[in-house]
Formats: sequence, C-alpha cells, structure tokens
Amino acid sequence: METILKVEHLVKTFGTNEVLKDIDFNVSKGDVISIIGSSGSGKSTLLRCINMLEEATGGRILYHGKDILRGEIDEDTYRTKVGMVFQSFNLFNNYTVLENCIIGQTHVLKRGKEEAKAKALKYLSKVGMELYINAKPRQLSGGQKQRVAIARALAMDPEILLFDEPTSALDPEMVGEVLDVMMNLAKSGMTMLVVTHEMAFARSVSNRVVYMADGRIEEEGSPEEIFSSPKSQRTKDFLSRFNDK
Amino acid sequence: MSISEMNFLQRMLYILQEYSGSLLKGAATTMAIAIICTLLGCVIGFAVGLVQTIEPHRKDGLFKRGFLKVVKFILNAYVEIFRGTPMMLQAAFIYYGMSSVFGINLGMWSAAIIIVSVNTGAYMAETVRGGILSVDPGQREGARAIGMSQFQTMILVILPQALRNIMPQIGNNLIINIKDTCVLSIIGTVELFFTFKSISGALYTYFEAATVTMIIYFVLTFACSRILRYIESRMDGPSNFDLATTDTLAFTSGLTRYDSKKGGTC
Repeated sequence: METILKVEHLVKTFGTNEVLKDIDFNVSKGDVISIIGSSGSGKSTLLRCINMLEEATGGRILYHGKDILRGEIDEDTYRTKVGMVFQSFNLFNNYTVLENCIIGQTHVLKRGKEEAKAKALKYLSKVGMELYINAKPRQLSGGQKQRVAIARALAMDPEILLFDEPTSALDPEMVGEVLDVMMNLAKSGMTMLVVTHEMAFARSVSNRVVYMADGRIEEEGSPEEIFSSPKSQRTKDFLSRFNDK
Repeated sequence: MSISEMNFLQRMLYILQEYSGSLLKGAATTMAIAIICTLLGCVIGFAVGLVQTIEPHRKDGLFKRGFLKVVKFILNAYVEIFRGTPMMLQAAFIYYGMSSVFGINLGMWSAAIIIVSVNTGAYMAETVRGGILSVDPGQREGARAIGMSQFQTMILVILPQALRNIMPQIGNNLIINIKDTCVLSIIGTVELFFTFKSISGALYTYFEAATVTMIIYFVLTFACSRILRYIESRMDGPSNFDLATTDTLAFTSGLTRYDSKKGGTC
C-alpha cells in the first residue's frame, strides 16, 4: 500500500521536558491505527505534531515524501489533507451545524456554495446529524457535537483523519454513537489515526495498534499481537489494567 | 409670574417650555458625538487590540519581529497615555495646542470627535484584547486544523465571538460616552451639559435645570442600554432551532420546531 505519512526520528520538547523521543512510524493508505498508552505518554502530542498544531523539535514528517517541517508543502494546504477531530470538539460556536461544515470548504478550498452545501449534507447524513443543520453547537449534546466535528473534517475530503481521544469528553451513553460513526468510516476505507482509551475499538476496528510509553513507541503490531501476545512487559502491565475491569 | 415666584415643578416646566429647543439640540449633539465616537472607538480598539494579540510567527525574520515590537510599543504607549490622563485635559491640550503650536484650527466638531473616539479607542483596545483572549483556544485550533490561515481564523471565527463577548463592554462605553461628552464643554461644544450651563446661567435655577438635564441624560442612557440588550439577544439567535425534516437539499417540506427546553419536537 502507498505510504501517505512517514514519521522519522520525531522529537518534541517543551522546555527541558522531552515529550516525544525518537518516534518512527508510517501510515499507509487505508490504515486504521490506534495509538494507546497511559496519560502523559505523548500520544496526543504526537498527533498534534503531525497536524502541526505543535511544532516538532526535531526529526522529519514526510507527507508523500515532502517534509512538512521544512516547509516543502504549504502548512495550510497540508492541514486540509490531514483532518483532525478533537477531544473537546472545537466546533465554531458562532455558526450553525451546516455552516460549520461549509465554511472551510468555501473559504479554504474555494468551493462553490451549492457544492459545499451538498457535500456538507452528505457527510452530516453519514454521521446522522442531517436533522440538526440549523442548530448551534451549544444546543447539541457532546456526542452530537463530536459527530458534527467528524462531518466537518470529512467535508474537507482529507486523506487522513486524526482523532485525538474523540470519546474521552463524552458521557458513557454517548460514546457508542461516536464510535459507531468511526467504525463505519474505517469500513469505508478512510485512513485513520486514533488516539484512544477505548480498547475494544482499538482491538476490533484498527489494523495496527501502537502502544506508547514515556514518549517512545514501546510496541507496535496487529491488534492480535498487541492484545493477545504482547512482547513487552510494560505493554502487558498496561493492558492488564483494562482486562481486570 | 416671574421665575422667582414659581415653585420647583413650575420652574422645571418653564425650563422645558422655554428651552426645549436648545435642550433637544444639546441632547442630539451629545448622542451624535457619543454614537459616532463609540463606533470609531470600536474600530480603533479592534485594530489596536488585534495587533496586540499578534504573536510573531516562528519563521519570521529579525526585521519583522523588530517591526512588530516597535508597533506594539507605540500602541501600548497610546493606550496608557490616553487611559491615564483626564479626557477634559486631553480636550484642552489637543484643541488649544493644535491652534497655538501648529496653527491648525480644528473645528469644534472634528476636535470633539477626535478626542472622544481616540479616548474610547484606548479603552476598547484593552477590551478587545481581553475579548480575543477569552475565546476558547480550541476555536483557533479547530479553524487551523481545517486549513484556515491566521487571518481567516481571526475574521471568521475568533473576532465574531470576541465581539459577542465584549458587547456589554461596548454598551458600557456608549453610556460612558453619552455622559462624558460633557467634558467637551471646555472647548465650547454645545452639547447637553453646555446647554445646562447656559440655562442655569441665564435663569439662576441650578437645581431645576440640573434635574431636567439629568432626566434627559437618564432617558438617553437607559434607552441605549435597552437597545443594546436587544441587539445582544439578536446576536445570540433563537434558543430553539428548526429540525430539518425529509429532503434537506430541497427544503420542500416544512421545518419542525425543536424546543430545546422541552427536549423534543412540538
């Protein structure tokens, strides 16, 4: 499969605190990669570095062979190709659901109004939010907001979608509706990189699982390898905490 | 009946009868200056406040960083000086200073408008800066993540929300301006306070003239604060929204009202 993203020797420090230490991994087309690990292991920072919300301190991030850290591709253009779904949704509070899904298309991709609207409605139906196009974000529940956020990201036709703990801020009964949407996306062949604490999701949906600890990739492999026969002791310890429950 | 024989109410009525024209004219001048200057002050405030929130980009060169620093310093000085000195003195300083030092004779109107709007701008700059900082950083990240530029993020996402956040403060400024234009009487602007001084000077009825003028000021400010409240609620939009049923592309069928308070369609 064609490699979309190649991360090489990625380092990120905040002051003297080294959050990411020499991260290497690839994302190929159609991959659904779950990144798991305890809080503070650098999972979210990795995702934010990939989307350039944080500037990596060292290493390379190659998008189709072009180094984004050296500006070989325009930052804003790159971001339209790599969508991001946040833990706190980050829908634009001053726009309706429909406008949230249109504004990026019309202002960034310079699509026509009608085309943008059709596309927005298509993805809003896909996440089951087509009835709520006139609502403002404050009128929606957390799960609904997150589904709109996913539709907003999809409307930009990204090549990869990054999910930064998309269900962590949700009430338990709303987690399911968001995971369902993500599962359907994965089935439709979307390339996804998911930072998550939902082990069932990581196990059943992704084709690759990355376990991170202390800013390093401790272990990486198929869900079967990671969950059934982890090699590293740290991975075992981490997973056993979930199995106990 | 001469004015000295009248009682309090009669004197007030007399003032209203005799001076209604000049009182109205004074009130109109006050309102015109207050509204124009609040709007201009907002423009200045947004410009200054916006520049003050700009962080230099990591790839910017030394020249650009230095330039930004100098601009920020000048704007900071402007804010501090105009916030830190009385507007009455500023009015005298600018109006008389311009004519005696530079030989520029500012018209009474232009002097009044410059002074009050520059003053409002200084206060608004800080308000706008606060308004921008109060918008959840996630909004900026959400906008950047779909590829919006810094500029688009500001114009489309941050500023509209900042504006909504600072609406009460803009209202505050308008009301302060309605009252504070009275210091312009020092340069001879014939606004409401100047009218009060003329009336009380002509009739020697300070108490009655002050009462009448205060009532007029209060009516003006109270009306403004109500209107601003209405504008705020309009900005918020309705608390309910319409559920789009059936074909959302065509919008042929009607819309169902969703009452968020009841939590269902009705």
